[in-house]
Amino acid sequence: MTQQILKVSKLTAQTEETEILHGVDLEIGKGETHVLMGPNGAGKSTLGYVLMGNPEYHITAGTIYFKGKDLTSETADQRAKAGMFLSFQEPLEVPGLSLESFLRSALEQRRGGHIRYLDFQKELKAAMEILQMDASYAKRSLNVGFSGGEKKKAEILQLLMLKPDLAILDETDSGLDVDAVRLVSQGIKTYQKNQAGALLIITHSTRILESLPVDQTHVMIDGKIAVTGDGTLVERINESGYEQFSAE
Amino acid sequence: MKEKTYVSDIDRSIYDIRNEEKDVYQVKEGLTPAIVEQISKEKKDPAWMEEFRLEALQIYNSMKVPDWGPSIEGLDIDHIVTYVKPNTKMSADWSEVPQDIKETFERLGIPQAERKSLAGVGAQYDSELVYHNVKEEVAAQGVIYTDLESAMHGEYADMIRRHFMKLVTPHDHKFAALHGAVWSGGSFVYVPAGVKVSIPLQSYFRLNAKGAGQFEHTLIILEENSSLHFIEGCSAPKYNVANLHAGCVELFVGKNAKLRYSTIENWSKNMYNLNTKRAQVEEGGTIEWVSGSFGSHVSCLYPMSILKGRGARMEFTGITFAGKGQNLDTGAKVVHSAPETSSYINTKSISKDGGASTFRSSVVITKEAEHSKASVSCQSLMLDAISRSDTIPAMDIRNGNSDVGHEAKIGRISDKAVFYLMSRGISEADARAMIVSGFAENVSKELPLEYAVEMNNLIRLEMKGSIG
Repeated sequence: MTQQILKVSKLTAQTEETEILHGVDLEIGKGETHVLMGPNGAGKSTLGYVLMGNPEYHITAGTIYFKGKDLTSETADQRAKAGMFLSFQEPLEVPGLSLESFLRSALEQRRGGHIRYLDFQKELKAAMEILQMDASYAKRSLNVGFSGGEKKKAEILQLLMLKPDLAILDETDSGLDVDAVRLVSQGIKTYQKNQAGALLIITHSTRILESLPVDQTHVMIDGKIAVTGDGTLVERINESGYEQFSAE
Repeated sequence: MKEKTYVSDIDRSIYDIRNEEKDVYQVKEGLTPAIVEQISKEKKDPAWMEEFRLEALQIYNSMKVPDWGPSIEGLDIDHIVTYVKPNTKMSADWSEVPQDIKETFERLGIPQAERKSLAGVGAQYDSELVYHNVKEEVAAQGVIYTDLESAMHGEYADMIRRHFMKLVTPHDHKFAALHGAVWSGGSFVYVPAGVKVSIPLQSYFRLNAKGAGQFEHTLIILEENSSLHFIEGCSAPKYNVANLHAGCVELFVGKNAKLRYSTIENWSKNMYNLNTKRAQVEEGGTIEWVSGSFGSHVSCLYPMSILKGRGARMEFTGITFAGKGQNLDTGAKVVHSAPETSSYINTKSISKDGGASTFRSSVVITKEAEHSKASVSCQSLMLDAISRSDTIPAMDIRNGNSDVGHEAKIGRISDKAVFYLMSRGISEADARAMIVSGFAENVSKELPLEYAVEMNNLIRLEMKGSIG
């Protein structure tokens, strides 16, 4: 088996009142592409948040090992520094903080040292070209006034710059037009190719998967992985929905 | 996770170094005609000024303390020393300034800033200017930048008499009357017609004496088609008795002239900052206020602009940062009294650790001020649940063809946004600081560079104490 990147065991997590994840098991190897599907409200986005360390959720049992290290009780910034990345379904807006100065700070954290301005600009320009993002976006306030598609592109831009070992993409393709899906997929492929990056793609549609070979597909029902299969599972779901996997 | 919005007190170590009080001369605390006469004599006032002071004192005694705004109960004027003369004369040569005073200003970066990026500098220590200098090439253009006292005896004596406390009269309010009675120090700037001063002038006010008041007077006159950027900075070390700052700023902006007046106020937290600032703008002229209020225990500060001539403009950009034990009541006033005048007020306020910030605005558009435009926007950010933020706008519009807008927003740091930044490897404290700096960005970009850097450092320091 390839080198393991992520190993989640019996993960249980809740918000203040409600338990949402009821014992999730998941393993992802280096460079693998996994797809997470499931009906609305099954807990897919919650799993993404809990893996990334969102303080709105409390882990009540189970463990998260990332590259062999126990990150279960680490904060989000530590997880990011270790090489985890979450592309947000709804990226947040931060007025007054430019995309480029934010990205440079993040990159310095990720690489653990000062990055020369010119080197940074060169890298940024190259990454923006892949996504066909207008250079002016770098100077604009982070996500402020960006359209839905621009926000998603900005997420993938961060992915390309930060070069994580595992990227969790939460509904990155939703609400995008055909051209934007193509560019975003292009960005994801570049990430995969350049650093043999692993992917956990949370999605409802299959559009983003058309150009990405899938290693494993997981179906989440009621806060648990109900079934795991290969890429062909996606087709089965497309034909007959999630009903077939429900326990009841 | 718990609410993690506690931020520590600001690191004021640079500002807090007190010098031993080696002043040659102090008047007794409190306020009597005898004390005012004594100040007048000490300052070698012309006769009209001595009269003016005594009259102002009478007005002061007959007026009540304003019954609105933050409480100033902790301020007992009978125990404020109104005049403290440092042990030196004003000099234009930095090397002649006494060592301890020199070190104070050097720590605050004053002479360095002058060398780098200023056309002239004034430094006031307690009640008197200790240093005043203006670059030769600026002086050669006919620009006058000096202390008000010497200007009162020279070529500009008459001009000062015609303008001094004519815009802010002692009848304005009790502390304006107090100022009229005991004012000392400050600057006089005169820019002749057509002269554009391309680099800023700066005055720095430092109050070292314990339990003292600072009452400097700044008078700036810009003739037609001239322009100037004037910067004032203020600070003081902290004592456990109240200090008072009741300065007065009067700005006369001539036809088509443009004045930018920037202030960074970082008084210590035992200071009552009851300052009065006013500008009068002639036809086609512009006043731009940039105001950063960070220090003091209580501040009441509402710079006012009177748009007197057709097409006169004002812009006010302000930021207020109220921390523990601070009640900062700030804002802006504008009177449109001529047609086609415009005003644009844009403020941000941040409160944390139980601090209270109040934003007051007053916009008056007279019947004559037809086709005028006014816009007021105020945004507040509260860093925790124990801090306060209030907005009190007032508008009085007397014609039907002016365009007036108002917008106010009060919010908190979004936990979701903090998580978003953290998910990219940024620590919680840095994420919060970035959000606060971003909130203040449209103000900091208006500040002179070294102040913008200082403001960002200030925010960063404030946020450093966050529990991660």
